[in-house]
Amino acid sequence: MTTNTLQKAGNETVFDLSRSSVRDLNAYLHELPANRPCDPVRVTHLTGDHSVVAGLDADLDIQVDGHVGYFCGGMLRQARLTINGNAGQGVGSNIESGQIHVRGDASQSAGATGRGGRLVIDGNASARCGISLKGTDIIVKGNIGHLSAFMAQSGRLVVFGDAGDSLGDSLYEAHIYVRGSVASLGADCIAKKMRDEHRKELAELLEAAGEAGKVDVNDFTRYGSARQLYNFKVDNIGAY
Amino acid sequence: MCGIAGLFIKNKALESQMGVMLAQMTSTLCGRGPDSAGFAIYTTDDPGFTKLSVIAQGDADLDSLHEQMCREVAPEIQKSATGSNVVFRVPDAKAGQAIEWIDARPAELALIGQGKRLEMYKDVGYPDDVAERFGIAQMRGTHGIAHTRMATESAVTPEGAHPFSTANDQCLVHNGSISNHASMRRALRKDGIKVRTENDSEVAAGYLSQQMHQGKSLGDALDSSLDVLDGFFTFVVGTENGFGVLRDPIACKPAVMAETNDYVAFASEYKSLTGLPGIENARVWEPTPAHSYFWEH
Repeated sequence: MTTNTLQKAGNETVFDLSRSSVRDLNAYLHELPANRPCDPVRVTHLTGDHSVVAGLDADLDIQVDGHVGYFCGGMLRQARLTINGNAGQGVGSNIESGQIHVRGDASQSAGATGRGGRLVIDGNASARCGISLKGTDIIVKGNIGHLSAFMAQSGRLVVFGDAGDSLGDSLYEAHIYVRGSVASLGADCIAKKMRDEHRKELAELLEAAGEAGKVDVNDFTRYGSARQLYNFKVDNIGAY
Repeated sequence: MCGIAGLFIKNKALESQMGVMLAQMTSTLCGRGPDSAGFAIYTTDDPGFTKLSVIAQGDADLDSLHEQMCREVAPEIQKSATGSNVVFRVPDAKAGQAIEWIDARPAELALIGQGKRLEMYKDVGYPDDVAERFGIAQMRGTHGIAHTRMATESAVTPEGAHPFSTANDQCLVHNGSISNHASMRRALRKDGIKVRTENDSEVAAGYLSQQMHQGKSLGDALDSSLDVLDGFFTFVVGTENGFGVLRDPIACKPAVMAETNDYVAFASEYKSLTGLPGIENARVWEPTPAHSYFWEH
């Protein structure tokens, strides 16, 4: 990496991707210490690159100015990543902690297999949002596409808009809250009663995402697993 | 993998830039399909003439073939050759006869496209090299589609590269794979649709041509293909005046679109759109699965 690719604006390090590669950016981020707060970073001149800020494990604020390609913020730990644009497939896939905030739309498989942390999407997320979720909280302020939360095991998925077909197919124990309509529910996913503990959980999720008071928790429907697919049923033997 | 791109110009002033814009979009898709590439360009109409896009095989002597064609089909036939591809301009009334003449010489010539405005260019090789070979960046047109191929279902040959054209001024590029292509190919051939290769994507092109021949609009033909084609697909389709996009309901194959007052653009990845003029302020969206999109002049 040439030193002239890095510029300082106040305490912010600016990384210009028209003058350096994503590999250089990620190598720089991977060298940051994981055990103390670091100065903020801004990434500029994006051209839809893949794997921007993949594998970051450090305590800092990082802004990405522009649209990103696949797997942005994959495997993230600790950091607070803001994408000032749209995100391609697999944004925040396998995120472990920290937060990713997409200010535009997200493509397919947003937050796939995420284990922790938070993913906030201001626009829409397309198909398979939160597929195989394992602990991340995902808040989508627009709509989500088909087969979202497929086989989601734990974590929470909150949707302000509508959900596409087959929501929560083969769901385990993830919690799903949708304010709008659901095109269809997947196998073993059912609407469930909102009890006080769920209203409290949802309010806390909104609070943490900076959305408290902007939407009414009573407008949401809760979806979860009917737990009918957990155990093999001999009556279904003919289906295999 | 495979990469696809499409560009539909709305602002006439940009028509001279169509080739360079499409070539630039395709260049970013080389990694998705490094084995071959192809381009369909809708150029200006040449009144009274039909364009036949042909691949010359091996060491076919194009000059003597052209001479022979002029003698045996029509003396007005013009030829413009670039690399292994040639476009014959044939008087409309003689187009059918010229196609028969070309089809009778499979060792030397392979017809890949036909129409009033459609010109097709395709070859094996790295997509940037293919575009350079044909001078795509210097071409002008109203709309065009392009493909970079990573072959799965059939051999890497110039004819096996996309786009595929199965009727006048119609062509298609495909990302994905069609599972029921063999039975559909048989049915289409029975119905008189010429399916020339063993490629699965050509079958999709043939199906749309059949549906439009039966009177359906491009949008309706796209909608009906959802019930008939079994497999994964994102299609971009060109007609004489239009441009359409369709993704299968599962939508494993990526797609992103952008629209400004000047153009509508489609690509497999957003990266391909970043060089387009005014992209910063374009409406950028992911086409909804199982929903057909089309634009017409």
